[in-house]
Amino acid sequence: MEKRNAKPKREFVLPGDVIDESGAKAGEYAYSREGKVYAAVMGIKNSSPVGVGVIPLWGQYMPCAGDFVIGIVNDIGPSNWMIDINSPYPAPLHVSEVPWKVEFGDTSRFLNIGNVVLLKILSVDESKKIQVTMNDSGLRKVDGGLLVEIAHSKVSRVIGRSGSMIQLLKSESGCRIFVGQNGRIWIDGDEDRAAVVAEAIKMIEEKAQTRELTEKVKEFLESRLPIEEE
Amino acid sequence: MSGHTDMVLVDENGMRIDGRTATEHRPIKIEAGVLKNADGSAYVEIGKNKVLAAVYGPRECHPRHLQNPTKAIVQCKYNMQAFSVSDRKRPGTDRRSIEISKITAEALENVVLTELYPRASIDVYIEILQANAGTRCAGLTAASVALADAGIPMRDIVPAIAAGKADGHVLLDLNKEEDNYGQADVPIAIVPSTDEIVLLQMDGNMTREEFDKAISMAVGACHEVYDIQKDALKRRYSNNKEESESDE
Amino acid sequence: MSNAAISDIKRDHIVNLLAKGTRTDGRGLSDIREISAMIDCIESADGSARVKLGNTEVIAGVKIIPGAPFADTPKSGVLTTGAEFIPMAHASFESGPPGEDAIELARVVDRGIRESGMVDVDGLCIAEGEKVWMCFIDMYALDYDGNLFDASNLAAVLALKTAKIPGTQYGLPEWDRPLPITCTPISVTSSKIGNTLILDPNFDEEHISSARLTVTTDDNGNFRAMQKGGQGSITLDELSQCLDAAVEKGKEIRETLNKIIG
Repeated sequence: MEKRNAKPKREFVLPGDVIDESGAKAGEYAYSREGKVYAAVMGIKNSSPVGVGVIPLWGQYMPCAGDFVIGIVNDIGPSNWMIDINSPYPAPLHVSEVPWKVEFGDTSRFLNIGNVVLLKILSVDESKKIQVTMNDSGLRKVDGGLLVEIAHSKVSRVIGRSGSMIQLLKSESGCRIFVGQNGRIWIDGDEDRAAVVAEAIKMIEEKAQTRELTEKVKEFLESRLPIEEE
Repeated sequence: MSGHTDMVLVDENGMRIDGRTATEHRPIKIEAGVLKNADGSAYVEIGKNKVLAAVYGPRECHPRHLQNPTKAIVQCKYNMQAFSVSDRKRPGTDRRSIEISKITAEALENVVLTELYPRASIDVYIEILQANAGTRCAGLTAASVALADAGIPMRDIVPAIAAGKADGHVLLDLNKEEDNYGQADVPIAIVPSTDEIVLLQMDGNMTREEFDKAISMAVGACHEVYDIQKDALKRRYSNNKEESESDE
Repeated sequence: MSNAAISDIKRDHIVNLLAKGTRTDGRGLSDIREISAMIDCIESADGSARVKLGNTEVIAGVKIIPGAPFADTPKSGVLTTGAEFIPMAHASFESGPPGEDAIELARVVDRGIRESGMVDVDGLCIAEGEKVWMCFIDMYALDYDGNLFDASNLAAVLALKTAKIPGTQYGLPEWDRPLPITCTPISVTSSKIGNTLILDPNFDEEHISSARLTVTTDDNGNFRAMQKGGQGSITLDELSQCLDAAVEKGKEIRETLNKIIG
């Protein structure tokens, strides 16, 4: 058993495990029954003022209004595009939500199947019908660069505490990096440097549970990035 | 169940032909996360049964008319591979596998928090690589580990095992001979945190007393299976962690 | 999402790397992925193998059963090959009877085995015109990351090479012996992306390729079966490259298999 003042250990839990008996409320990925809180997914127990919940190890991305995501066009209609946003639900992008004036039936002139787009989740209703938009600063269709996919639950590690990790990746490599909440990350810049960033991101995903990860990533980038000749 | 044999299935000391006592289950081995593409997967061996389960989802539900606007549906497909039995099984679905698929999906739907994923589908695939009595229980046991491995929110992990009757004795986890020549078979699955029953079938001939004994035996054994299921998932997590820390 | 398109960015990335002579998983153009296998993994089968080719995984099982021969070959055993792309293996695979892709695959694997004379079917006659051994080879894709053709060929060949006739089970104990095997047919699949040929395509490569050629050779490096697939075309020069690769890699793979069997 842990000492009361020791730093809380990361507690791995499974569905059905009791995670609280003190009368706390059930947080995310948890449920309560008869005064106890139970875990509903495999992951790490997480106590917060809101309640006792679980941070899942992996699982499907669930869209939330306001999230920035990276989508891939996978179908075209006369007045919208269907976008795969790596979630259980397809996301229609309506012609009114793009920065171009698109005539009815003229959609494929602007975006085609396989195109990669930076989007924002506009709304998610009760039955999980989703609307996305490209009308916000920085949102657009992107070409070139690299697209990396990681578990969406590891996105927060790629960003790091108050953005420390992503700042490190950007400043060390000089690449532009767009992190989608849905686990897709787009890296643009010098080809060789972008490839190193992609490797670093995969490393962050795999080693998300390691301590002093930022230092390790810094070492990795310094040893692998080609030296700039100026 | 109505088969007859001169074979002694339980000897005078209460020992079974594979050396087990009445209340022992066969050796169980479970491994989680064995496939790359599936969102979650598990491999289970119970005695000579070898079973793979894979989970995809929650994902868009096809065909569309099956979508439920308030919750996800759980679909299951149980399939015996052609070489899994002593006589080759003709590939394709039959009435037996359709029935098993249905009751397995219903048992799992009970624990999955389906209301979190309206209109979506959670697809469970069970492949029997080798069959030796008890494949539906092995399949369900594997499927619930695969669901947890996929990170799908659920109330609990469901274990399943059968109890039955052979040579007049109530026995846990019948093997092939006991199943063929015995008098009853009762596969059950429970939600361990509440002991609710989510799958129950019975065929054969049992008194109320024998049945009660079979149920309590199977419920007890389900808790043992549950521990092995959880252990497999814990190993999956710690292996994952070890890999990430191995070069420190 | 089952019909997720491959993004333009990924496609361009694969093509750019190919131009430099390398691939997304670090392989050279004519490198094949690592082969690993579990043989005799299914006791209910008379021969079995679970094969991994990179992240593609296939299980094959052989059942050998007495049955009536075909009227035109009264002294020969019967070979039957089937394949299923079960939905466990990939989000895009649907359940139901085998579709055209699974049938094509089973027939290509079958041709390599049949035409090479791998199984000596004349050594499978129990009673002329009445009873022969029938060999059923059933293959299931368990995990799909491209090139199911070669992975399935490997699984089927390993299952056959380790199969034993279950004589006693059918009251014919004098038949208890290994299945008579004469050679090891190995298929090698090339894929064409743009104007570049690669061996052993993974899922992404397979899905942006225009044409595929599977070539099966025997122990002597003779050609025993071929199948061109895809809507694209291949030039005579490319054909020649594929044939050379099939002979060269076939030899290497055959050595790997012999090590696995031990």
